[in-house]
Amino acid sequence: MKILVCVKQVPDMESRFRPDAAGVWYAETDLAFRVNEYDEYAIEQAVLLKEQLGGEPEITLLSVGPDRVVEAIKKGLAMGADRAVHVQDPASHLKDPFQIASIIAAYARGEGFDLIFTGMQSLDRGSSQVGVALAEMLGYPCATTVVGFEYADGTVTVKRELEGGVKGMVRLTAPALVTCQLGLNQPRYPTLPNIMKAKKKEVNVIPVEQLLKQEARLVLTRFRAPAKKGGGVVLEGDVADQVDRLIGILKDKTAVLR
Amino acid sequence: MKALLVGECRDGKLLEHSHELFGFASQLGAETAMVLIGSEGALPSYGGTVYLADASKYGEYNPDLHKRLVQAAVEREKPDYVVFMHTSYGWDLAPRVAALLQAPQVSEVVALAEGGFERPCCSQKMRQVVQAVGSPVVLTLQGGAFPAVVPGGTPQQQPLDVDGKGRGEFLGYEAAARKGVDLSRAEIIVSAGRGVGKKENLPVIAELAKVLGGEVGASRPVVDSGWMEAGAQVGVTGQTVSPKLYIACGISGAIQHLAGMKKSGFIVAINKDRDAPIGEVADVLVVADVMQFVPALTAKLAK
Repeated sequence: MKILVCVKQVPDMESRFRPDAAGVWYAETDLAFRVNEYDEYAIEQAVLLKEQLGGEPEITLLSVGPDRVVEAIKKGLAMGADRAVHVQDPASHLKDPFQIASIIAAYARGEGFDLIFTGMQSLDRGSSQVGVALAEMLGYPCATTVVGFEYADGTVTVKRELEGGVKGMVRLTAPALVTCQLGLNQPRYPTLPNIMKAKKKEVNVIPVEQLLKQEARLVLTRFRAPAKKGGGVVLEGDVADQVDRLIGILKDKTAVLR
Repeated sequence: MKALLVGECRDGKLLEHSHELFGFASQLGAETAMVLIGSEGALPSYGGTVYLADASKYGEYNPDLHKRLVQAAVEREKPDYVVFMHTSYGWDLAPRVAALLQAPQVSEVVALAEGGFERPCCSQKMRQVVQAVGSPVVLTLQGGAFPAVVPGGTPQQQPLDVDGKGRGEFLGYEAAARKGVDLSRAEIIVSAGRGVGKKENLPVIAELAKVLGGEVGASRPVVDSGWMEAGAQVGVTGQTVSPKLYIACGISGAIQHLAGMKKSGFIVAINKDRDAPIGEVADVLVVADVMQFVPALTAKLAK
């Protein structure tokens, strides 16, 4: 069995974001990058399945992006993936979700993956398109927003998270793709021995030009902070002072402290 | 300009937020038609064309068939835009429709801006403006970003059919876990988010709730980490609440959480990130570490 896990590297979301020189995406200066949180659930689910099947499946990790994404690839390998593909693209942030999906599809088409795991969206762009578009390009059935996953004999049974706490149960036949939602599992921390082992695993580097044959359908024209709604009070500084001011406001503006 | 609006039914009813599609179309200045996989009982009061496929035949979740039903309506209507809500239905189906139509897709649109579409990025902290190349353009709309408009009138129904069957099998719905407190009735809620740091810190949040006579809620990461039961989760996928006072402790403000609590009477957010999206809905944003501020607040209130 062959499993593919698609991984994106994204900035820490507590960062302060500033526009790049073109004004269309964030400048990378001062940003710390990590594995997209949703994709950690995707990696973990692939590794859990490998464990369930006695270590038989081979897990390939794929990431599209500049050289820095090697760090994300290393983490995935240390979590238990067997090998990796780095589609080298210094300008991946300017590719639209359709292009990213077509890049991955161009790689995956000849590989015959039985299962593909992706995050349901990335934390930075958040289009929630790449996984589904990839499935459509490969002709795989697909289920999104998965918070429960079971596999047996070529059949995938998943729980999709819907609104209001309701779940939808869906059964797919492999080959299939699922996009992973937070809460699907508990992503593991790589152990030191596994980090060491990961260094010896194969990372196949492919220049993006070899895989990308599609023009962009979306053009980014602006990146900025949202307009502040205003009206809200911001309390900063000394904690004791903040406490006093908040209690004052609550007494003044609400009936709950009287 | 024409927009084909994709309505959404669950358990035979048109979901309320489908009306936001009309609000968006009117901002766009587009003529409209709707496509719905539902039943006659689920039709909106809308005087335009509704392409109606029978949910009892096609299923409420059957993306392979739904995408082809939408495609059939697109072929008849030739719209410039095909518009979904950004829901578990919309974000699942829209990319499939875009792939089938070879169309560009813009997800989670919050506004029209500068000849393109404005959408959130970087976990709602930032905005980007995106222009689409090609037609039709597939869109999904963020819930609550556009006003719900009930147009009025009686729909002109057009039956919609396709052959074949889908690949996946829908096995049914599983009801929401409803353990613990019904937060929808609470007057004061103190909610814990990831910024609380670890499970062992939760009593600090509970103490504040106790002093205020309120209940304890949670954001998604706290529930996903197993620190609190799923029944305590506030948000689109948990409980929707509207207390008199909502105190969000270490919650950054993912859109799913905001949608579940923004109707609260008065909102206090405690977060060390001044730019956290929760600041957009908070009446008071306290820029502080939760584990320093909350115990100090509790101690003062207890006096």
